[in-house]
Amino acid sequence: MADQANRPKRRRRMHGIATWGPGLLLISPSIVLVGIFVYGLIGQNFQLALSDKHTAIQPETFIGLDNFKDLLTEDRFQHALTNLLIYTVAFLIGTMFFGMLWAILLERGIRGEGIFRSIYLFPMAISFVSAGVVWRWLLNGAQGEEAAGLNRLFQSLGPGGLQNSWWDTPNWGMVAIAMPAMWQLSGYMMALFLAGFRSIPDELREAARMDGASEFQLYRHVLFPQLSPVALSALIIAGHMSLKVFDIIYVIARNTYQVEVPATYMWQVQTFDQAKAATIASVLLIVVAVLIVPYLVYNHRTEKNR
Amino acid sequence: MRRTALASAAILAAATMLTACGDDDDGGSSSSSGDVEIMTWWTEGGEKAGLDALIENFDKDYPDETLQSTPIAGGGGSNAKKVILQRLQTGDPPSSFQGHAGAELLDYINTGAIQDVSSLYEEEGWNDIFPPSLIEMLTYDGAIYSVPANIHRANLVWANPSVLKDNGLPTTAPASIDDWIDDMETLKQGGMEAPLAIATDWTQVQLLETVLIADLGPDAYTGLWDGSTDWASSEVTDALDDYATLMTYTNSNRGSLDWPDSSGMVAEGESAYTVMGDWVPAGYDVDNLVPNKDYIWFPVPGTDGVYDFLADSFTLPVDAPNTEGAEDWLRVVGSKAGQTAFNKAKGSIPARTDIDPSEFGVYQQSAMADFKTDTIVPSLAHGAAASIAWLDAITSAVGKFSTDPDVGTLQDDLVSAADQFASTE
Repeated sequence: MADQANRPKRRRRMHGIATWGPGLLLISPSIVLVGIFVYGLIGQNFQLALSDKHTAIQPETFIGLDNFKDLLTEDRFQHALTNLLIYTVAFLIGTMFFGMLWAILLERGIRGEGIFRSIYLFPMAISFVSAGVVWRWLLNGAQGEEAAGLNRLFQSLGPGGLQNSWWDTPNWGMVAIAMPAMWQLSGYMMALFLAGFRSIPDELREAARMDGASEFQLYRHVLFPQLSPVALSALIIAGHMSLKVFDIIYVIARNTYQVEVPATYMWQVQTFDQAKAATIASVLLIVVAVLIVPYLVYNHRTEKNR
Repeated sequence: MRRTALASAAILAAATMLTACGDDDDGGSSSSSGDVEIMTWWTEGGEKAGLDALIENFDKDYPDETLQSTPIAGGGGSNAKKVILQRLQTGDPPSSFQGHAGAELLDYINTGAIQDVSSLYEEEGWNDIFPPSLIEMLTYDGAIYSVPANIHRANLVWANPSVLKDNGLPTTAPASIDDWIDDMETLKQGGMEAPLAIATDWTQVQLLETVLIADLGPDAYTGLWDGSTDWASSEVTDALDDYATLMTYTNSNRGSLDWPDSSGMVAEGESAYTVMGDWVPAGYDVDNLVPNKDYIWFPVPGTDGVYDFLADSFTLPVDAPNTEGAEDWLRVVGSKAGQTAFNKAKGSIPARTDIDPSEFGVYQQSAMADFKTDTIVPSLAHGAAASIAWLDAITSAVGKFSTDPDVGTLQDDLVSAADQFASTE
């Protein structure tokens, strides 16, 4: 009798495990792998950043935040951060502008939209490294007889006065080196915005037109406000990519002081000063987290409310 | 039931994958004890030919041992150095690996990763065959940690004689930096935009080091690296002023060029001079340029009689597998036959002074004669003078000067770099 009384209860417990058990088992390999290889290694990186392991094969001792203090007060790192800021602003303005422009043009239902969409999106299929090799040549600073790339183009097709030394120009050089990145990602921004436009019901436009809104007013007061969630996502995606920039700069300019950003600085010092490299990596992670975490929290909240 | 089965299958799959990866790692890095494993970054051109010649000599001299070469591509060994470090850190060193002789090896020495090989020097009599000043440069606290395979020279000017003649200038070396600057002024007046061709940051460091040698003299220059010469002194300021003046005669697109571009500018007559190491003739050979006719060379004015050296060398790691085999490899690297074969292929000169120069090229013969008599100083730009960290700090300061030419800032940066890194020497 006692057995019989217990049975339903046990079955219910079994039933509980049966619901979440297999699911947990299925995802547990990835939890373990991500735990070790992402979060475990991030932890180790921070541990290294808080140590004095400045030469290659030296045992590490904990020294607190000294490395961070040294790094943030260092001229060279501040120069790298300024470079990164200029690059990011140029990149964001460039991609958002061209992405939006192309999206508006295509959204108006021109003929051959599919072809244009592919043309604009296609640069994204190329790796930053191979694009960088081409842009290294295009952005060659040589002028006059030695001119190559864009300078040669300016020279032979007129206005020769447009020739310049591109990324080798103080400060503005970072804008020049942001050009390849804009070229690659504007198409992606366009795709995001285009999807945003398409998700706006036609009724809204029709209603606005019925009410006598001009085309400008239609975009300004009806369509753009609807696009702001998309624009925010686009900004976050482009922003975090931009902050981590390494490949395109390294391929075009190597470790040149002129266009040094935190990621190339880190790459440069990692062979001989691991603690410093880890500190730069930590600062980069924190900077990106400052951008992304609030966005994730915001996203989570809006989804919950939905 | 079916779901559980699926889950277990997934876990099983993941587990196999993990073990598979683990197996792979073990298989890749183990080497049997009879092998001698050497790691280099010589993967193409004259460098690879030189390495192959060395290996051939090893196989001939030590037929019982198997040499296993692990070349890792990447200019200046940038990738190879990372792999070597990883191998050293995980306690799995190769039998021997390549490194620039001199201060670049300091990190390895200070952390006890490589061994003293001075007993080999005594055994093989190298102490008498390598120039004494080179031996002095390789010695730290009475111990020698590497065997040089070759010698390169960094303080050379490569010039285009027809451009000089066209501007009424002699094709002999100017007597001093000041005379050299006067000649450049003449060329500039004659319409040449950039008489002195230069390329990206590290080539500017090389120009700076040669100006320091010229203005300070070899002893005070060497003193910069052991703390006996003050970086803040007025003599250094004067040298930096000369460097700043020379930079005003260089091409403005230097940042986007590398050394083959700047030496090409001289070959094409767009510039008259460039300061570069003696790997330039190998490039000119490819373009069929004739030495002493299409191009000439002389020591950077003011550095005549000084040999600003850099050398590729091989080391003996602590706990190296097959230490005896590794020592045999080092014997071949230092041997007469090995050095002759290697340097004929690579275009550099032997570190030994007892090799007949007649088998070598035109430039090499003149360099071998100089090497015997000149004062030898370590090159900064190529890792012989300062540790990698120090060189990196100097390179950054020089790169900054390239776009923001202020001698005061440059000297401040150099002084603070010395303060930070000289103490670790």
